[in-house]
Amino acid sequence: MLAFTLRRAVQAIGVMFAVGIIAFSMFRFAGDPVNQIVSIDTSAAERAIVRKSLGLDDPVPVQFVRYFADAAQFKFGVSYQFRQPVAALLMERMPATLELAICATLFAMVFGILMGVYSALKRDTLLAKLFQAVSLIGISLPTFLIGILLIYLFAVTLGWLPSFGRGEVVKLGWWTTGLLTVSGLKALIMPAITLGLFQMTLIMRLVRAEMLEVLRTDYIRFARARGLTTRAIHFGHALKNTLIPVITVAGLQFGSVIAFSIITETVFQWPGMGLLFVQAVQNVDIPIMAAYLLMVSLIFVTINLVVDILYTVVDPRLRSTVGRAA
Amino acid sequence: MTEPVLSVRDLHVEFASRRGTLRAIDGVSFDIAKGEVLGVVGESGAGKSVTGLAVIGLIDPPGRIAGGEIHLAGLRIDNLPPEEMRRVRGKRIGMIFQDPLTSLNPLYKVGDQIVETIRTHLNLSEQAARRRAIDLLAEVGIPAPEKRIDGYPHEFSGGMRQRVVIALAICAEPELIIADEPTTALDVSVQAQIISLIKRLGRDHGTAVMLVTHDMGVIAETSDRVAVMYAGRVAEIGPVQDVVKNPLHPYAKGLMGAIPTLAGEDKRLVQIPGSMPRLSAIPRGCSFNPRCAFAFDRCRVDRPEPLPRGAQSVACHLYDDVPAESMA
Repeated sequence: MLAFTLRRAVQAIGVMFAVGIIAFSMFRFAGDPVNQIVSIDTSAAERAIVRKSLGLDDPVPVQFVRYFADAAQFKFGVSYQFRQPVAALLMERMPATLELAICATLFAMVFGILMGVYSALKRDTLLAKLFQAVSLIGISLPTFLIGILLIYLFAVTLGWLPSFGRGEVVKLGWWTTGLLTVSGLKALIMPAITLGLFQMTLIMRLVRAEMLEVLRTDYIRFARARGLTTRAIHFGHALKNTLIPVITVAGLQFGSVIAFSIITETVFQWPGMGLLFVQAVQNVDIPIMAAYLLMVSLIFVTINLVVDILYTVVDPRLRSTVGRAA
Repeated sequence: MTEPVLSVRDLHVEFASRRGTLRAIDGVSFDIAKGEVLGVVGESGAGKSVTGLAVIGLIDPPGRIAGGEIHLAGLRIDNLPPEEMRRVRGKRIGMIFQDPLTSLNPLYKVGDQIVETIRTHLNLSEQAARRRAIDLLAEVGIPAPEKRIDGYPHEFSGGMRQRVVIALAICAEPELIIADEPTTALDVSVQAQIISLIKRLGRDHGTAVMLVTHDMGVIAETSDRVAVMYAGRVAEIGPVQDVVKNPLHPYAKGLMGAIPTLAGEDKRLVQIPGSMPRLSAIPRGCSFNPRCAFAFDRCRVDRPEPLPRGAQSVACHLYDDVPAESMA
């Protein structure tokens, strides 16, 4: 078990190293960063000073090692547009993105699993068929369109919910949260639904298909022959077997939720990392773009690792094969 | 005569399909007495397993019991409401399926699955149920049961898993065990152990056993009586020695001729020509008539009903005109 975790951790570090090379090479290929910082009438001498202060006249390998060593300590340099450390900017924006992503994922899992189980167990009811139809819409409509439709309906027409921003936030140490104020919660509803809708329909369809599959297996038939209650069979035996693939998908999707939040944050002007990234792209603010790339990769790799470990917790068969392989 | 544990009368099972209703079981009747093992043999698709599933009430739509009655120790069970039938399953009828590798839920410890079943049917505490589960595992021949009870199904071999499945089937002391091809998926050496285990359990607890198999060897070894099924009907039923040594129905004769013996190695095994008709194309008259060497005009028109001949009962027109007394 420990050996398995260690092996996966080493693989994860390898992936992060590769991403680091890509992030670093953005600096080399996206134009001269000095031009982004200085104004047009800066003299050549001043430009040379800036270049030296940024370490841009060192050999490339030296620069790379320095960049990587700094990145490992979460030092990503200074933003060209804000003239502030990138790490501080990201940390300031991270709570907003994480709160949004976690709420969207919770929304997706709770409703996805409930609707999936319902439409598997009551396959022929009208409601189950409605869920299926709605899930098709959720899977095929692009995120930004859903966001705009929601804004049109609930903010513009009905005026129930704010159309942009995060509402009032409360500071808890370095973390800012919108979950403790009414306006913060109201502001969270539409972005969370927009961001989670796709995952919800994905989970719902997956749960439904897996559950139908599991209900056909021999051990469910045998459980019925043992006279277990329908409740125990459906929720004790069938659901647990259904959740194994659901954990993987939901876990891996959490990474894409954070990545996709770029669009949702732009539509709702949500002050998170995604919005910061879009602004950075518009202003060719490479330190922010590179740091964002590294952050998202780190989140993806960490989630993958956690999902792998969770797998072995849920499925005893993997525990022993992993043990044998180690 | 005491009341039989299981009494099936004129059972009909139908499956609705796109091309009309298929009749999988067409008028099957038999009894099983306390402590008796009834072997049910026949080719694949003869309706052996469906009969077992009908008795335990697990015929799923589009299938349904279309007629007849099933009585368990006097109680009619074929029309019980689902919740009451659930209480009968596992408590009064235990079932063993063909494949022990897929019969157990891979995510739960075997002990948890046994305890869950015990506590569903018997009013026992968690600890008492666990003690009972250990006793059961010991009874079905699992070594070190107090250790193995916390194992997962994948940690058991096929034969050991089938023993766990048997422990699950008998955990509430059922009056009837339905074993649906319990040895088909196992090694030959393990088969004999499982068969003798089922036999012993039936004897020790006075449980009636319905043993479904296509293996005549297993039947000859285990059963008290045997029912030969063909195309959804019972062709012949009787004490196992009589049916094996002196089969009456031409189909049963063919089946017994197909058993290899150690003595007559140089003889070719008899084959029954043709194959069993599909459910959508059951011939008129006797369903066996196209394959039967003795078929005559009446067989192609009239369906034979089972008639007693000595201790046996046979559904064949060959015996219509012969008085029962002269059959000795």
